[in-house]
Amino acid sequence: MSPDTSKLNAQPSALRLVLTLAVAGLISGVAIIGIYESTLPTITANKARELREAVFKVLPGVTRMQALVSRDGDLVVVSEPDKDEPVVYGGYDDTGDFVGYAMPGAGPGFQDTIALLYGYKPEEGLVVGMEILESRETPGLGDKIFKDEEFVAEFDALSVRPEIVSVKKGAGTAPNEVDSITGATISSKAVVRIINETHAAWAERLPPAGKEPAIVEPETGGTGAGP
Amino acid sequence: MKKNESYEEFLKGIWRDNPVFAQVLGMCPMLAVTNSAVNAIAMGMATMFVLVGSSFLVSTFRNVIPKQVRISCFIIIIATFVTIADYTLLALVPGVHKELGAFIPLIVANCLILGRQEAFASRYPTKLAVMDALGMACGFLVALFSLGAVREILGDGALFGVKLFGDSFEPWVIMILPPGGFLTLGVILLFFNWFKYKKDEFLDDVARAERSGADG
Repeated sequence: MSPDTSKLNAQPSALRLVLTLAVAGLISGVAIIGIYESTLPTITANKARELREAVFKVLPGVTRMQALVSRDGDLVVVSEPDKDEPVVYGGYDDTGDFVGYAMPGAGPGFQDTIALLYGYKPEEGLVVGMEILESRETPGLGDKIFKDEEFVAEFDALSVRPEIVSVKKGAGTAPNEVDSITGATISSKAVVRIINETHAAWAERLPPAGKEPAIVEPETGGTGAGP
Repeated sequence: MKKNESYEEFLKGIWRDNPVFAQVLGMCPMLAVTNSAVNAIAMGMATMFVLVGSSFLVSTFRNVIPKQVRISCFIIIIATFVTIADYTLLALVPGVHKELGAFIPLIVANCLILGRQEAFASRYPTKLAVMDALGMACGFLVALFSLGAVREILGDGALFGVKLFGDSFEPWVIMILPPGGFLTLGVILLFFNWFKYKKDEFLDDVARAERSGADG
């Protein structure tokens, strides 16, 4: 049962050392590729489902969605947006009529980046829903930006004209004012700032109200009008 | 005899040589992901998978791997298992994976795992190595769970997300923040050492009584 010391003290050749590591690396590489390939479909499906659920949540009444990107001043439908390309999601109801945009935004919060999605109806200039996708805000305080139902409900009918303003708790009266959370002022202000910034970034790129791209049925191919 | 020996290797990791309470290893995941019982168990299971898998392979190939490159080989083996655990969790339980975040890839750097490979798996037969790994992993899981459960109960008034107290309970927010990890771990270590001290004292008393009994 005692450790075998004679083998430990032998001097193996350099070739043997290199070969051992090479074989170990090769086997490890094959195993990693195998697990990556076999889990990729599930992971992609999970991500897509999460996004769909978030879009349907921030845009009440929406049953269908498609990704839209801005190319050459036009908003075009894409099935698979390029990595790092800013994208918004168009939401449509049962009959295929345009309801609103679901706009993803991200920015610094109190601890780390906050990523969120908000529903926007361009005709009325209203934010109609907000969902936090990612945040590492302080548990018990900053995480109220998604746990506090009252705060989330503030974004159910919020005017973006001229822009959203965060005010002290209980002071919000105008349609563009959001009551901050007591004890989480920085996090609540960050949410408002992210929406304002995202709105400003897209304001020029969205087509005039009523000229939104129509829904492209999946059967007719999803790539839409290329440039 | 053979059976007893492997059983012994399994048991020692849970109590006498508990990786957290006795060896104080693996502190990083211990403090970071124990803010709820579910996270603690997920972390414990992931670590168990990696530890048992690596110990099995390292022990099986212990005579093939030259000692000059053994650490690199151990790391390759451990990293492969960690990647497998990472993708499996991401595919099956994305919610838990999101909570554990960077701490899954960091299992590679958990000194508990590399420590067991170097100190045990690379020197003993496969069967004993696997039993040792299972015992250590169970001990780690028990430690993670006790910390996670205490912190979730006090910090959130819940266990496994089920509320235990009425609405009048004011959660101790500090318990789910990083300082709560240090506080809880400190109290648990205090208890563990006190218990050990008492046990040694008791054994001393018994020995002294036996000696004086033999004298008289």
